[in-house]
Amino acid sequence: MNARYRARKAVNGLMLAVSTLALAFGLFWLVWILGTLLYEGGYALLQATLYYRMTPPPGEDGGLANAIAGSAVLVVMATVIGTPVGILAGTYLAEYGKQSRLASATRFLNDVLLSAPSIVIGLFIYSVYVAQVRHFSGWAGALALALIVVPVVVRTTDDMLRLVPNSLREAAVALGCPTWKMVLRVSYRAARSGIVTGALLAVARISGETAPLLFTALNNQFWSLDLNRPMSNLPTVIFQFAMSPYEDWHRLAWGGAALITLTVLALNIIARLAFRKD
Amino acid sequence: MDRQQETLKMLRRLMSAAALAAASAATPALAADLTGAGATFPYPIYAKWADAYRKETGVGLNYQSIGSGGGIKQINARTVDFGASDMPLKPEELDKSGLLQFPTVIGGDVPVVNLKGVAPGQLKLTGEALADIYLGKVKRWNDPAIANLNPGLNLPATAISVVHRSDGSGTTFIWTNYLSKVSAEWKSKVGEGTSVNWPTGVGGKGNEGVASYVQRIAGSIGYVEYAYVKQNKMAYALVRNREGQFVAPNAEAFQAAAAGADWQKAPAMYLILTDAPGKNAWPIAGATFILMRKTQDKPQNAREVLKFFSWAYSKGDAMAEQLDYVPMPDKVVDLIQASWKRQLKDGSGKPIYAN
Amino acid sequence: MSAVLPISESANVEELASATPPGPRRLRHAPWMEAAFEHLTRLFALLVFSLLAAILVSLVLGSRLSLEKYGLGFLASAAWDPVQEDFGALVPIYGTLATSLIAMLIGIPVSFGIALFLTELAPAWLKRPLGTAIELLAAIPSIIYGMWGLFVFTPIFQAHLQPALVDSLGSIPGLGALFEGPPLGIGMLTAGLILSIMVIPFITAVMRDVFELVPPLLKESAYGLGATTWEVVWRVVLPYTKVGVIGGVMLGLGRALGETMAVTFVIGNAHQLAVSLMAPGNSIASALANEFTEAVGDLYFSALIELGLILFLITTIVLALSKLLLMQLARREGART
Repeated sequence: MNARYRARKAVNGLMLAVSTLALAFGLFWLVWILGTLLYEGGYALLQATLYYRMTPPPGEDGGLANAIAGSAVLVVMATVIGTPVGILAGTYLAEYGKQSRLASATRFLNDVLLSAPSIVIGLFIYSVYVAQVRHFSGWAGALALALIVVPVVVRTTDDMLRLVPNSLREAAVALGCPTWKMVLRVSYRAARSGIVTGALLAVARISGETAPLLFTALNNQFWSLDLNRPMSNLPTVIFQFAMSPYEDWHRLAWGGAALITLTVLALNIIARLAFRKD
Repeated sequence: MDRQQETLKMLRRLMSAAALAAASAATPALAADLTGAGATFPYPIYAKWADAYRKETGVGLNYQSIGSGGGIKQINARTVDFGASDMPLKPEELDKSGLLQFPTVIGGDVPVVNLKGVAPGQLKLTGEALADIYLGKVKRWNDPAIANLNPGLNLPATAISVVHRSDGSGTTFIWTNYLSKVSAEWKSKVGEGTSVNWPTGVGGKGNEGVASYVQRIAGSIGYVEYAYVKQNKMAYALVRNREGQFVAPNAEAFQAAAAGADWQKAPAMYLILTDAPGKNAWPIAGATFILMRKTQDKPQNAREVLKFFSWAYSKGDAMAEQLDYVPMPDKVVDLIQASWKRQLKDGSGKPIYAN
Repeated sequence: MSAVLPISESANVEELASATPPGPRRLRHAPWMEAAFEHLTRLFALLVFSLLAAILVSLVLGSRLSLEKYGLGFLASAAWDPVQEDFGALVPIYGTLATSLIAMLIGIPVSFGIALFLTELAPAWLKRPLGTAIELLAAIPSIIYGMWGLFVFTPIFQAHLQPALVDSLGSIPGLGALFEGPPLGIGMLTAGLILSIMVIPFITAVMRDVFELVPPLLKESAYGLGATTWEVVWRVVLPYTKVGVIGGVMLGLGRALGETMAVTFVIGNAHQLAVSLMAPGNSIASALANEFTEAVGDLYFSALIELGLILFLITTIVLALSKLLLMQLARREGART
């Protein structure tokens, strides 16, 4: 009996040690990757020129100003287009559709969309938009990114609204409040921080996307915020510069990589903090 | 409740930021006026020319590397003012889609190796040997096929790791085109193209990928563009050309390959510079091409594109050399400009290029 | 819902409803809003509903040429010859499945360990920062994984880990075939390894969520009977959440299957069927990323789009399974309470 007890204790200790190791394993990669980024791109990050000079031709000094601005515009526009669509669709699922066939099917399709390879989404926008209007444009890029935002927001809105206790809704309706007003005033209010978190996570997700922009926003060597023209963006610039033979372009690519990763990580942390307070 | 008010405020701020961005997007910014897309190989030099040209004239030309296939597709879909391809289109293909092509700069592929004790330029190879290595027939470095060419070198018995490009590319086209010209077996078994069915080896993504694999895998051989060899100081091999000379890859050898070529007789400038005649010619050279529509529905844009390339031919040579590209010889430029005059028309049939 | 409409028109009740949170006045008397709002939200739900169908249709249209030429044989053909224009999907399908399988083999136990640590072992104040750190692995853009993989990870992997693997595992009969060949640093094993890091946060998140679902009463009774932490997790928590755990695994699998940029940099991109995991291979997503931009010729292009279609269908099936399993767990949960 005693031996058996000791064996159980030993197995327990071993397994708990292994689980601690698993955690260390996960953290190890995070530290390694972030360390590489800071080591390779840290110096570029601290240069003020990175933020106000344009992407240079090889052999000249420059920065990533046009790419940073372009990425910001694309991400903001994609969020502005995608978030309302996602919130309204998610509202239907949680408040009206509930377990109906349409709602269940939409929920399922939305989850598939959530994991659809992003290159396929770029292709889709290329064939339905770029190939039709016959020019690459910031709008096309924003639309492609918006298609990635929508499923994330639908999912979080739906989840968050369904977490709102029904008693709150019942109370509102019992007071004679119409459903639409109940949704706006009660459900949204209760689920607001969750929905905002979803939007922030969506922003974080699209900030680093490369594949859907290759055939839509293209890229731009110069400063341009005109959404009807090809627009510069960080991920594409990083990709092009990293693949070039020139040392100075590599430095900029690593700087851009560090910048984009730190931004996305910061967005993630902000989203989590925003959600935690409630 | 406070928390919720705050998040609402944040949302509002986000919205106003978006409105601001939209407003600033609506105001005409200093923007690129012309768009071109295609081949990745000339991207750095087009970017450099465009930058210098804009400083001089204020006209912005935005070139993006989306791949040669993309360039061909985009000019056909009319989404760009010009396309670019590392692989020239055959005359009949050009006619079918109503396109004109002309070369801009010359570059070439260079075989690079990773062998202990072998410095750049020490190893000598022939086209046949390269074909046999890439076919997987020559498997070890001390194989007679290589050893007989290099009597002075002490070659190890290690296995040869073949590295090729994984993505479709003009670099691969020039490489496989050369191997097809010098080896009948390669031609029938594999053939030429931007991507082929490789009999052996590993694929690296982009020149950068191939270069880093070759630098890392002992006993490997790969092919990269000339600029990568120079920038990364890689161990290149000498290759025997048509005249039986072992030549080193450098600007003169590339220019010799272009000079020996007979552009005059090449229909629609369909000319690949591999295995070119000339005592000093590098055998694995190639030009990169611009594609334009023969009939322009936006003649103004076409005129600006042509102005840009005339400028590049006359003033861009030094910049090209700085980045290890080889500019076109002047007599070829004359031919190109003559073809612009002859072939590019606006909607009413009037020629676009007048100078 | 329409039953409450007439009442809401009475001004008296209306006031009551809006009395607590003071809001914009114009939201008041508008019975038509009821229908309008519902229709509006339904419209957007339908939009989302049809989006996937639209993408599917555009993929099918794009791959028509190759669908007509090869039919189902496309799936079983290992050919990929752009020069002769002969295409098949077997190599990239195999590569996609093999790399994802490696990712799962490493990712599942590690994720389980992390979830176990975070739910049962970690002191309360450490739970959140550690959990967030693990979830941040999911926030690193995949192109960064690719660059880091190519420039930083593969040299070290090739020089130190791979030779050791070949020496130790390569000589085992049978299994050894999986670990043969020269250590190139790149290949299916490297791709699988990097994928495993990328799926850890997804699987861990689901596992943590479902572990929290276990009623404390169940765990407390087990502890009360003298069970160790491990026994509680292995005998009580895991059986209780089995279906949900599988759902989470499927979610991670869906991620791994569709991952593009990270895999492209390190898989070696060779269209060859190889048994050894050390050998370079190809995956559907990386074939697309590598060749899409340079594909000349309609059939070539069409074959690539058909690859995209296959990937889309595979991920859909995996996700459907994941969803069904998670729903089953939820239903059982409902029955219990």
